[in-house]
Amino acid sequence: MELDTAAIRSQFPILTREVRPGVPLVYMDSAATSQKPRAVIAAMDGFYERTNANIHRGVHTLAEEATALYESARERIARFIGAASTREVVFTRGTTESINLVAHTWARANLKAGDLVVLTEMEHHSNLVPWHMLVSEMGVQLEFVPITPEGLLDLEAYRTLLSRNPKLVAFVHASNVLGTINPAVEMIRLAHQVGAVTLVDAAQSAPHFPLSVSEIQADFIAFSAHKMCGPTGIGVLYGKEDLLEGMPPFLGGGDMIREVKLRSFRANSLPHKFEAGTPAIAEAVGFGAAIDYLSSLGMAAVEKHERDIVNYALERLASFEWLRVLGPAAKYRSGVVAFAMDGVHPHDVAQLLDSRGIAVRAGHHCAQPLHERLNLPASTRASFYLYSTRSEVDALVAGLQHVHRLMA
Amino acid sequence: MDDLYREAIIEHYKNPLHRGRLDPHDISFADSNPLCGDHIQIDVRVDGSGRISAAAFDGHGCAISQASADLLLDSVLGKTLDDVKSMGRQYILDLLGIELGPVRLKCALLGLKVLKAGVYGLGEASDALVE
Repeated sequence: MELDTAAIRSQFPILTREVRPGVPLVYMDSAATSQKPRAVIAAMDGFYERTNANIHRGVHTLAEEATALYESARERIARFIGAASTREVVFTRGTTESINLVAHTWARANLKAGDLVVLTEMEHHSNLVPWHMLVSEMGVQLEFVPITPEGLLDLEAYRTLLSRNPKLVAFVHASNVLGTINPAVEMIRLAHQVGAVTLVDAAQSAPHFPLSVSEIQADFIAFSAHKMCGPTGIGVLYGKEDLLEGMPPFLGGGDMIREVKLRSFRANSLPHKFEAGTPAIAEAVGFGAAIDYLSSLGMAAVEKHERDIVNYALERLASFEWLRVLGPAAKYRSGVVAFAMDGVHPHDVAQLLDSRGIAVRAGHHCAQPLHERLNLPASTRASFYLYSTRSEVDALVAGLQHVHRLMA
Repeated sequence: MDDLYREAIIEHYKNPLHRGRLDPHDISFADSNPLCGDHIQIDVRVDGSGRISAAAFDGHGCAISQASADLLLDSVLGKTLDDVKSMGRQYILDLLGIELGPVRLKCALLGLKVLKAGVYGLGEASDALVE
């Protein structure tokens, strides 16, 4: 099935906006956060206008309805990723909190000084810093799967690291800078052979191509709603039920308890054990609507569309000898194209593109070690999504030619 | 907007008047903007009457940060260290002659922050220097 891009674009109110009078928006920062379709915005408005109540407690009608909406969002997310049960779908504030949850609970209960955690050189800070914190607190060891010159993980080096029997392997599914899609199925199979627990940062994969937990078999998967047409402030930690069951709770408070005495508590059942306090209820409703929206299009169709846009962008950008495109060949990529322009700082590139309404990201994209590895202080990144078009890529190319003429 | 990149700024970025290092120098300081990786090193010589007789900057970063440092150093030659101490954000904005949003303001102010931290002999540069 092909996506009808014109119809899709008409469902995203913000895409009709002009950045300044006469300058339409060309949004190419979807890897930072995606835009939201009307269906998601309406679902959240509708919740506040008709249903708003706290969940899991009240017996009045609104509380019942709010609880049902919140839990039905969880059910739809569980189906979307093929989870065995809603007990395996924990709502968090997003990918970062999901990874921190694992670092604070599973890792503290299961790791000890000297244990090896394997990460990669292309991690986002959210899958680095939680583990750095465990190095200083617990004395765990970190090793990193290096990247090859073309921007893929060095799988030979990975096998060598696995021979040192790591307790945890945590890696990004799709790089937010290089665009590289890592071979998660194979990496997880190999990690499980040496008895390691596996965590996948799916922030840049869940929004862009079909993600099936039964296929990749990861023990933990983290992703965020706001990069997949949903609202900010909510995300998911998927965890295999037996692992989640064995983990101590994360935050303490309301909703995560079964029983509280003055001096003790018993934790609630899954997944509520990990959801202390009033959660982001309207955001869960919006997340559910985003999942419905993506499901109605079909993730395979979303993937196919993005592949077309990325291939086209790579093809057009390849003709400029003053532009260094980061990352591997098209067949290994998701919808991200980062680049460096000779002699021009990424902030200048981004600012000048903004004057033409083109929104790209400049900086190290929360992957500072990766930029050090690439010998770049920063890069400029264009990232695409289901609403991106070839004519927007043309606008980007014309914009980059303008920047180069002016600055280089 | 392209207004940010008016000709004078691009000219100072591409062909700075004061790029380099001074050896010997009386004052030297360096700092970075962690968000974008802009880095600026400034060396200053002061004459017997306490006036700046020579100044140079080195580093890398966006056009705004580099042009702003160059314009700043050009403007402080012959001034006293007390003059530098009294300079703030508006001084830089007047030099650049453009409006800046909060993100790019940090780029523009990095040079002044480095220069003032050096003049005050501080161990670390603080944003309060360029309020």
